Amino acid sequence: MTSPTALTRPQAALRLEDVACRRGGRLLFTGLSLSLLPGDAAQISGPNGIGKSSLLRLIAGLVPRFHGVIEIAGEMALADESLALDPLDPLEVALDYWAALDDGRHRLAAAMEMMGLSHLAPVPVRMLSTGQRKRAVLARTIASGAGLWLLDEPGNGLDRDGLERLEHAIAVHRASGGIVLIASHFPIALPDAKPVVLSCGTLAA
Amino acid sequence: MSNIWWAIVKRDLRLGWQQGTAVIPIAFVLLVATLFAFAIGPDRLVLYRVAQGAIWTATLLAALLPIDRLIRPDHEAGFLAQYAVRGLASEQVALAKWLAHWLGFGPAMMVAALPALALMSGRTDHILSLTLALLLATAGLAALSLMVASLTAGFRASAALSGMLLLPLSIPLLIFGVGSTHPIDGMAAMKLLAAASLFLTAIAPFAAGAALRGLHR
Repeated sequence: MTSPTALTRPQAALRLEDVACRRGGRLLFTGLSLSLLPGDAAQISGPNGIGKSSLLRLIAGLVPRFHGVIEIAGEMALADESLALDPLDPLEVALDYWAALDDGRHRLAAAMEMMGLSHLAPVPVRMLSTGQRKRAVLARTIASGAGLWLLDEPGNGLDRDGLERLEHAIAVHRASGGIVLIASHFPIALPDAKPVVLSCGTLAA
Repeated sequence: MSNIWWAIVKRDLRLGWQQGTAVIPIAFVLLVATLFAFAIGPDRLVLYRVAQGAIWTATLLAALLPIDRLIRPDHEAGFLAQYAVRGLASEQVALAKWLAHWLGFGPAMMVAALPALALMSGRTDHILSLTLALLLATAGLAALSLMVASLTAGFRASAALSGMLLLPLSIPLLIFGVGSTHPIDGMAAMKLLAAASLFLTAIAPFAAGAALRGLHR
């Protein structure tokens, strides 16, 4: 508990209790309870449109909570389909914008190396391929230093090497006390991941 | 938290400079002034009398030009969501965006006023009070632009809607702005201009912030 990593990273924790999500006047899922402690991972599954992305955005605080309790300890990082990098900037400069906001500049080089992006540092973001963009989003997440990672389809567009790097990054993150919550159709290696199955029932009063 | 805030201001200023946000409104105001001069004809006295009104109208219309670039690109690229995930209140984001926009737009309008006035009236005797009035008015105009941009960022073709929202609300700035160069009661109009501009600036972070929160839903 008092190792250097535990000191630099605030203890992460996530607890959901009887959470329901409604978007656009439609009830997506109900009765979701989940508790994640340092080192835990969870994989969200369910048919298209059940609200996997919405759950991540709900936890991220982007969508108002409709029902239930959400408790989060520590910082979080969201990696979704949007790039949020300035297209004209070189990749390293674009990533550095967020690293500076997150006080994570010292982690950026290692994060880019982890996703195999080091050789692309001077390339403008608009020149990157789909898979390279996904790697960039994941590198930002790694460099953020946040304890809770919310990954929305992190495997989309990644090649075999990219997937292996992602799995390695997740394993390192969990080993240092981080939490990962993933919505993915890809079989991503997540040892001891808790399955989260979304379903829509009726709301208990 | 304040270093995040300044980082947003700096990024917006840099992007604005890259995209020519300062140059385009200057060229626009000068173009409108030229159109007025051609349309009205070479009568010095008439041109002198309409110059102020033409410059203020051009300034209001120039405020419409950057609206599409204020919020929508950041919303679509996911910047606003990333700010929100980091716990930054949307009001703070709105305030940072207002400051960066004013710092680009205000000086541009003040720079454009001198050649526009000279072009139309051949005289520059009101230039000091006009420049001061523009400094005050552009703060309010930047606030209006930000509110309108935040409200319309979720719509696709919103250029016409932006104009319908912004122009009526900017009428007080126009009236007091033109009045502020009046030789007798100019100072009273200048104070009212400052008040109107301050009011718009004060409500902008909250109105725009609420609109930005709605964008994520």
